[in-house]
Amino acid sequence: MPTEILMPALSPTMEEGKLAKWTVKEGDEVAAGDVIAEIETDKATMEVEAVDEGTIGKILVGEGTDAVKVNTPIALLLTEGEDEGDLKKAESAKTEKTKSNGAAHPEADERPKAEPTAKSLEPDTEKLGKADGPVSVLVAMDKAEPPEDPEVPEGTEFEEQTVREALRDAMAEEMRRDGDVLVMGEEVAEYQGAYKVTQGLLEEFSARRVIDTPITEHGFAGLGVGAAFAGLKPIVEFMTFNFAMQAMDQIINSAAKTLYMAGGQMGCPIVFRGPNGAAARVAAQHSQDYAGWYSHVPGLKVIQPHTAADAKGLLKAAIRDPNPVIFLENEILYGQSFPVPKLDDFVLPIGKAKIARKGSDATIVSFGIGMTHALKAAEALAEEGIDCEVIDLRTLRPMDIDSVIASVKKTGRCVTVEEGWPQNSVGSWIASQLMVKAFDYLDAPVLSVTGKDVPMPYAANLEKLALPNPTEVVEAVKTVSYAK
Amino acid sequence: MAEAKTPSKGRGGRSTTRSGAGSSSRTSRKTAANKTRSAAAKAEKPATETAEKSAFDPIVFSKDEDLKAYREMLLVRRFEEKAGQLYGMGLIGGFCHLYIGQEAVVVGVQLSLKEGDQVTTTYRDHGHMLATGMEPRGVMAELTGRRSGYSHGKGGSMHMFSREKNFFGGHGIVGASVPIGTGLAFANRYRENDCVSVTYFGDGAANQGQVYESFNMAKLWHLPVIYVIENNQYGMGTSVARASATTELCKRGQSFDIPGHQVDGMDVRAVKAAADFATEHARSGKGPMILEMLTYRYRGHSMSDPAKYRSKEEVQKMRTEHDAIEQVKQRLLSDHKLSEDEVKEIDKEIRSVVNDAAEFAQNDPEPDPSELWTDIYVEA
Ligand SMILES: Cc1ncc(C[n+]2csc(CCOP(=O)(O)OP(=O)(O)O)c2C)c(N)n1
Ligand SMILES: [Mg+2]
Repeated sequence: MPTEILMPALSPTMEEGKLAKWTVKEGDEVAAGDVIAEIETDKATMEVEAVDEGTIGKILVGEGTDAVKVNTPIALLLTEGEDEGDLKKAESAKTEKTKSNGAAHPEADERPKAEPTAKSLEPDTEKLGKADGPVSVLVAMDKAEPPEDPEVPEGTEFEEQTVREALRDAMAEEMRRDGDVLVMGEEVAEYQGAYKVTQGLLEEFSARRVIDTPITEHGFAGLGVGAAFAGLKPIVEFMTFNFAMQAMDQIINSAAKTLYMAGGQMGCPIVFRGPNGAAARVAAQHSQDYAGWYSHVPGLKVIQPHTAADAKGLLKAAIRDPNPVIFLENEILYGQSFPVPKLDDFVLPIGKAKIARKGSDATIVSFGIGMTHALKAAEALAEEGIDCEVIDLRTLRPMDIDSVIASVKKTGRCVTVEEGWPQNSVGSWIASQLMVKAFDYLDAPVLSVTGKDVPMPYAANLEKLALPNPTEVVEAVKTVSYAK
Repeated sequence: MAEAKTPSKGRGGRSTTRSGAGSSSRTSRKTAANKTRSAAAKAEKPATETAEKSAFDPIVFSKDEDLKAYREMLLVRRFEEKAGQLYGMGLIGGFCHLYIGQEAVVVGVQLSLKEGDQVTTTYRDHGHMLATGMEPRGVMAELTGRRSGYSHGKGGSMHMFSREKNFFGGHGIVGASVPIGTGLAFANRYRENDCVSVTYFGDGAANQGQVYESFNMAKLWHLPVIYVIENNQYGMGTSVARASATTELCKRGQSFDIPGHQVDGMDVRAVKAAADFATEHARSGKGPMILEMLTYRYRGHSMSDPAKYRSKEEVQKMRTEHDAIEQVKQRLLSDHKLSEDEVKEIDKEIRSVVNDAAEFAQNDPEPDPSELWTDIYVEA
């Protein structure tokens, strides 16, 4: 039987890609390791190498085909002793391949582009639904109002953008506006960013302002702090925030505390940004959510956006802010699209939460990727007659606790959602604030849905158990509503 | 027998140790001019006594040695090719860094280690695990995240360990394995055994601060550690020259007076010669040594690397002109007079070991859900 060559997954989050080019044709002999095709995802173009030796018997997916799903057979390889006859047999047999895709993550990076309507303000519920048990009975939402945002004037047009593009535009706009803004980090320039967030910046701003650093986080974070003391406004990209642990001392001891120690003489206008939290199957040392860690530290501002619009407006604000700002992104969100207002200079205020969904029965508070679980749970609960208000904190420090309190005064119940560990989490701070400031309004204890209290496991089934999901949010809301 | 090496004695003998290293290196090391097979090294005058850029003439391998090297390297290569294939099918997730091209480094070093010596490395660790004798089935099952994997599916490609084989990981953070390997050497010295710790890291990692903190302590306390820098010319998409102010990484120990040598990491015999020299040095109480292995990775940094930073011709040139496995194969055929069929037989054998591992790793069940909550603390 000829060997099927399958569309390979080329990254932890890839689900489909474009078969850009065949570098072999039918009848060509290939050896293991020979490049046979090029594949494009929204992040990169990559080469596919033959794994076995043989002859290319038949090409099944033509050049230029878009959205080829991972694991689709793309060609048939004839190995020693096989010929055309075997091809025919293979075709008539129409092999039923089981497509086990162990890497599948519910919120894949390469999701199909959503229609550019306000509807896609919400996460891709259909896709999320698949992997999440009870909540998957959900139908697509039809309510489509963009959330009120006082910064967006009436009549503004929106454009569909990925979070990745929005972040890039924010940096580019600020770099055009202010010659002291620069970007540095590992692979940010020539490679165009490990996650392609800095794509195109080197070309526009040159190597003077878009700087590839060695793999020396403690060093370049500290160097950025020094440059900021001297008045420059560095944007320091960590390839992921897991590696910022190498630089923790400079971030906290130098960036966060110097203004205070210097009696106000010397600020540190710097942004530390990069993906934070779990990606897909990258295990314990690469999957940590640092929201709780950084939001613990006076002197730092901490932002963790969910949508592309918030990513853009808040990153621009962070770059302009005269204080050190930790800007926590998320790899899984990079490829998701949201409407972004078409404005010349869209800047959002740091420290203001937003009501992502209005409701009256219970309050769900979240931020970053937690918002996908929160919104999805709210939709599922609506089906069951529980009308949730969902608050997106957007900024974790300074925290807009007033917005949370205002909501809880209305609903009397609160559930927080985050990916980090439970002890000393963002949720535990919110709970303590509500106890002090809204005690009389609470009808139930505040519950926190968090990542499990374990290092992130690698195995697909365990990873899924370790992460929070909409079902757990639904359960928590029902518990605080005494609805079960 | 190695001399007793209590910390106090070691400290007292510092200056003698230093001159000892110098003289012994002069006798057992060949000059750069003798070197013929270096992958990327330019012949150059040694700069200092302690950090000579030098070559180890490949020692002559017996038929058995070449056979062993061939099998081991081929196992790594075929294993990695299979891992790449399983990744493409979605059976392996996350990051998966293949070792293809660099096989001679770990196989050559391993040939001169003895029972009890420890190994630590980075996330590019599959080859190291196989070379230390870990089971292909267990490694592959960890890659697929299954219960019979070395970490019961909880560690994955980048985080695997085997106490039995003295393999101490498998570390995902660039540079972090270097102090850890140094600490293993500290334990050897503390216990006064004659084991050495081999600490592998990349050219990119060689710039991390903790590497130099480790160098200082290792020399200060005469720790039996061998720092093997696998210089595969790139740290992700950045060439050594774009990331490092000085590119002869073997000289990075100069400020600490740690001897360093550059080695043709594509020739398993040169690697073995260098490792013999370094292990002898470390075991006899003379302290750390740096071996910069000039090598090359054929594949992308991880599975999701577009590889736009180097030309296809560059990769192709290394593959066709310097391939470590091909070199041994040629020796087997011409020097040791094996027939094509005999070599093919070995290939088949290795392929079946790898296929068996892959088969096993696909059919092994996922870890029990209760595993989520185990191994967080040792029962106290
Ligand atoms: C502290 C830290 N920073 C960044 C990374 C991301 N990263 C993983 S491997 C790598 C390149 C390392 O290159 P090198 O040391 O030459 O080793 P090689 O991959 O070539 O074996 C980078 C930047 C990381 N894992 N840890
Ligand atoms: Mg390297």
